[in-house]
Amino acid sequence: MMRVLSAICATHMRLAWRGGHSGLAVAFLFIAVTLMPFGLGPELKLLRALAPGLLWVVLVMTVLVSLDRLFQEDFEDGSLDQLIGLNSPFELVILAKLAGHYLAVIVPLLLGVPVAGLLLNIAPQDLPGLMLALLAGTPALVLLGGIGASLAVSVRRGGLLTVLLTLPFYVPVLIFGAGATEAALGGGMDVTRLAIVALISLAALFLAPLAMAAALKAAIR
Amino acid sequence: MSAASHLQSAEIFSAAADMRVSGLACRYGLRPVFDGVSFELKAGEALALYGANGSGKTSLLRIMAGLLPPVAGHIDPPPGPQSVHYLGHMDGLKPLLTVGETLSMMAGFYGVKTDHEDECLGLLGLSGRAAQSVGDLSAGQRRRLALARLVIAPRALWLLDEPLTALDAAGRVLMSELAAAHLGAHGMILAASHEKLDFATADISLDDKAGAAA
Repeated sequence: MMRVLSAICATHMRLAWRGGHSGLAVAFLFIAVTLMPFGLGPELKLLRALAPGLLWVVLVMTVLVSLDRLFQEDFEDGSLDQLIGLNSPFELVILAKLAGHYLAVIVPLLLGVPVAGLLLNIAPQDLPGLMLALLAGTPALVLLGGIGASLAVSVRRGGLLTVLLTLPFYVPVLIFGAGATEAALGGGMDVTRLAIVALISLAALFLAPLAMAAALKAAIR
Repeated sequence: MSAASHLQSAEIFSAAADMRVSGLACRYGLRPVFDGVSFELKAGEALALYGANGSGKTSLLRIMAGLLPPVAGHIDPPPGPQSVHYLGHMDGLKPLLTVGETLSMMAGFYGVKTDHEDECLGLLGLSGRAAQSVGDLSAGQRRRLALARLVIAPRALWLLDEPLTALDAAGRVLMSELAAAHLGAHGMILAASHEKLDFATADISLDDKAGAAA
């Protein structure tokens, strides 16, 4: 079964890569970050103070945008019918697909964050705390966003609907994630809030696939 | 024929239970599609499913695949998408992959080894196209590639929706050969079509099964 799941993961990675999703997401992150100084003014001190929070918000939006067509193509080309018919539980099949998305799209994004941080004049000692919080929070962002994407799958141009459905679920992750980052400014660490973010990710890991499987099965009826 | 039987004969569906379908009904919202559809499908038999457009052929196939719950009626044994091959209008092929990658994708998804890829391509009439992108295939070639999953992962019941669409004369012969090999291994086929299917052992029609208004 592991071999089947890794084949699903690898296929999704290949498709995300070839379809340009990975590159587009990173480009989106950089464009959004580049726009910030234009809106806020070139005040370096201000940018430095705002940088961790801005990066969190931009990353959340980028993850959301990247999830837009997560299941839509599979729904439209009939792949979902085939995926449901595989010998592995559909929940695990979905999880394998999301793992592929994480590796192909989210990991490049995370690698881009420190560089994007430079554009916001982020303090180098703030980076480890930010990256740790992002690492703990991004699985939750992908899993919760997947629920929104699976609910909107049968809606043409459902991208905006996905955003509307998902954003409320992102609020706790954002509050505790950005809070942990804030507390870690200057190199410290806020274990409690970091643990809460990781806990949300862990809970989503178990619960989100059930919701996605149910939503997708209902969508293909 | 020999290639088809070679790939198929490995699996004899001796365990395939005969299927008994009784009183099946289907509805779209309040609009009845069909009602009282009953038939039997024994190991080694192929049923051709006829009916006008909108008579519910695809819906019946999806019910048989376990993808759509029926409004009424029984299927014994109960269907599950894991025990059938459902080949619909939408083939689930990815234009971004090459033909060879598609075959290894299917093999990976069904958890089988991929050592006879070339043989499989030859059988489907796609030899030498392993490096070609699926997006560049013609409709008929795509259809042939979609048939690959039938060969790669043996499953007892095949549910085929318009299996002859876009296939040329040689492709139709190929479809018949695959079907014959499958039936020879005690498999079962339910195929919806508007054309005469030469591998069918019996017919059912949905035209006199239109459901009563709800």
